[in-house]
Amino acid sequence: MKLTFPHMGNTYITVKALLDDLGADYVIPPFNIREALETGTRFAPEMACLPLKINLGNFIRAYEKGADTVLITGGCGPCRFGYYCEMHREILRDIGYPMDVITLEWPDKGLKEFLDRVRKIAGSLNICKILKAAKNATDVAIKVDELERLCFYLRPREKKAGTVDKIYKHFRAGVLQVKGSRNIRRLIRETFETLQSIEVDENARPLKVGIVGEIYTTIDSQTSFNIQERLGAMGVEVHRYVTVSGWIVEHMIKKALHLPRDIRYAKAAAPYLGAMIGGHAQETIGNTVLYANAGYDGVIQIYPLTCMPEIVAESILPAIERDLGMPVLTLIIDEMTGEAGYMTRLEAFIDLLQKRREAREFERKGALPWNRCRFGEH
Amino acid sequence: MKTKIGIPRGLFFYQYYPLWKTFFEELGAEIAVSGHTNRRILDMGVKSCVDEACLPVKVFFGHVLDLADKVDYLFIPRLTSVSRKEYICPKFGGLPDMVRHSLYGLPPIIDTEINLRKSGKNLLNAAMDVGSRLNCDKKAVRRALEKSLRAYREFREQVKKGALPPDIIDKRFPVLKKPSDRILNILVIGHVYNLYDNYINMDMLKKLRNNSVNLITVDMIDGCIIDEKAQTLNKKMFWYFGRKAMGTALHVLDRNDIDGVIYVMSFGCGVDSFISDLVEKKIRRKSDVPFIILTIDEHSGEAGFNTRLEAFLDMVRWRYRHEADVSSHG
Repeated sequence: MKLTFPHMGNTYITVKALLDDLGADYVIPPFNIREALETGTRFAPEMACLPLKINLGNFIRAYEKGADTVLITGGCGPCRFGYYCEMHREILRDIGYPMDVITLEWPDKGLKEFLDRVRKIAGSLNICKILKAAKNATDVAIKVDELERLCFYLRPREKKAGTVDKIYKHFRAGVLQVKGSRNIRRLIRETFETLQSIEVDENARPLKVGIVGEIYTTIDSQTSFNIQERLGAMGVEVHRYVTVSGWIVEHMIKKALHLPRDIRYAKAAAPYLGAMIGGHAQETIGNTVLYANAGYDGVIQIYPLTCMPEIVAESILPAIERDLGMPVLTLIIDEMTGEAGYMTRLEAFIDLLQKRREAREFERKGALPWNRCRFGEH
Repeated sequence: MKTKIGIPRGLFFYQYYPLWKTFFEELGAEIAVSGHTNRRILDMGVKSCVDEACLPVKVFFGHVLDLADKVDYLFIPRLTSVSRKEYICPKFGGLPDMVRHSLYGLPPIIDTEINLRKSGKNLLNAAMDVGSRLNCDKKAVRRALEKSLRAYREFREQVKKGALPPDIIDKRFPVLKKPSDRILNILVIGHVYNLYDNYINMDMLKKLRNNSVNLITVDMIDGCIIDEKAQTLNKKMFWYFGRKAMGTALHVLDRNDIDGVIYVMSFGCGVDSFISDLVEKKIRRKSDVPFIILTIDEHSGEAGFNTRLEAFLDMVRWRYRHEADVSSHG
């Protein structure tokens, strides 16, 4: 049995750490998202959401490289993601790529089925080994997200443009060369040290933009045309609450163990969206409010076309824009999205934020030219 | 003066109106329903709703605007779930918030959450919540709920026997052309708000019935059969409509009196994007029943829609007309 799994930003690092530690045999699908999307679009239902199409493209390429089993997570709605596993199974079967799909979720059939699935992946039911591997993989996920956050901070401040990107790229490629969570963690540590040693402009006051929206398109920078790197290059500091490690810790571990979860976003969202409606709609709304309260300059919402929860969020965001004075840009992505049009909108939005900040600073000093004219010597 | 409660004629209207009507009338309120969907309502909805929303949600917005200045309250419940371990769709769960934050100057909204995912007992709580907003005492609410549930069951029985919900609700007796051809049994799968709103689906049901078609909709299939069939699925379906559609599709494979299946979906519907594909796969793999998916949105041209519908019916009929023409050597 040779496993494969779908790409989503840096998740491949976490899954690699897990599978290496478990000693499983696996294939990482090629990194080319555009190509995967093109392949997936050919076989997926037209109106399916973008991640399904990319996943499908990933699996087909992985199959060609020898994989025969797909490993993905599941859910129980109401977002479509919960039924991805069945869609994948059915589509792959119809187009002649008979792959087995193992879904990591609590099955309808109960504990025995769950243990069967775990045994399939891990090769045995050595609880000690499995828990240790899971713990280490979670740790890797947390560290990778910290590393990404550091990049967000450094990009608009670096003195030599492109330094951070180069180191980050080198790290992403380097992960593929090493094996096991131990070595991956060492690589992360080294990268941290390299990043901390680069020259930065301490006096820079970059614009701050929060990224909200559907988890796949926000976490996977490639699907959104590397928006996070590009914003960094434009001198904007990016922040994003939704992360892979956050999803693993909050959504999987704490939920399974019934631990109290971090629900700041839900409290912040309450006046606008009173219930959990699936996907990340509540996070989108709540985090936008949190960004507004934290004095961010703007928020960008990203989601794939026809994403149900985000459509609800999108129709509520204008109310937050109005109430809290927070500019929001919504970017919707599908297989037809053109890069140039997308960049134009992004640049225009950043220009607007820049002008807005300048105007505010003038206001604070009481030195707007027209103010002086009206209340001055005349 | 009686409190006037507005019920928009959209989304689950054709599923729950008899229940809602009885409930509010028992509590001594007056009911106002928005007009039948028309160009004006659709246009108002399209203008006030986000572009990405699906047609039924846009139409619903239009109906809300149609009612806005005529009523004391708007009844837009947060329908998170109407069945155990199942959801409807995220948009239903966020509907009152979508409406409240997109439209201004609305009367107060009764946005009680109805969530029967964990337990059916929540229905009583929801009813109590609505009652308390209208200052009704608990006993009256309980009585009203019982009575409205009875009315609802009666309504479902009628639908199961073959009456269409809009005919029952509007008390119409459809005048149909006498069948001129062999009567076809066509199963129509689609959400209630697409199937029974004649403006949205461009009078599809009437067109079918006038073409010697005996209509069968998902609501006419027995719930037990659907549940039984849906249980054979690999993974439990967590959408209310998904379970019904999949159960019905699997049921079709057991029957040999269905001549064709029409799947009506609205553009951009997340649930349908998966279910239509799964239903199609199930039907195509195991049988040769003709199957068509008709997609509707606010730009649908009626001529194109008619052509597809007629072509489908013609194709189904040819199968019978040329039954004897099948080559004898395969």
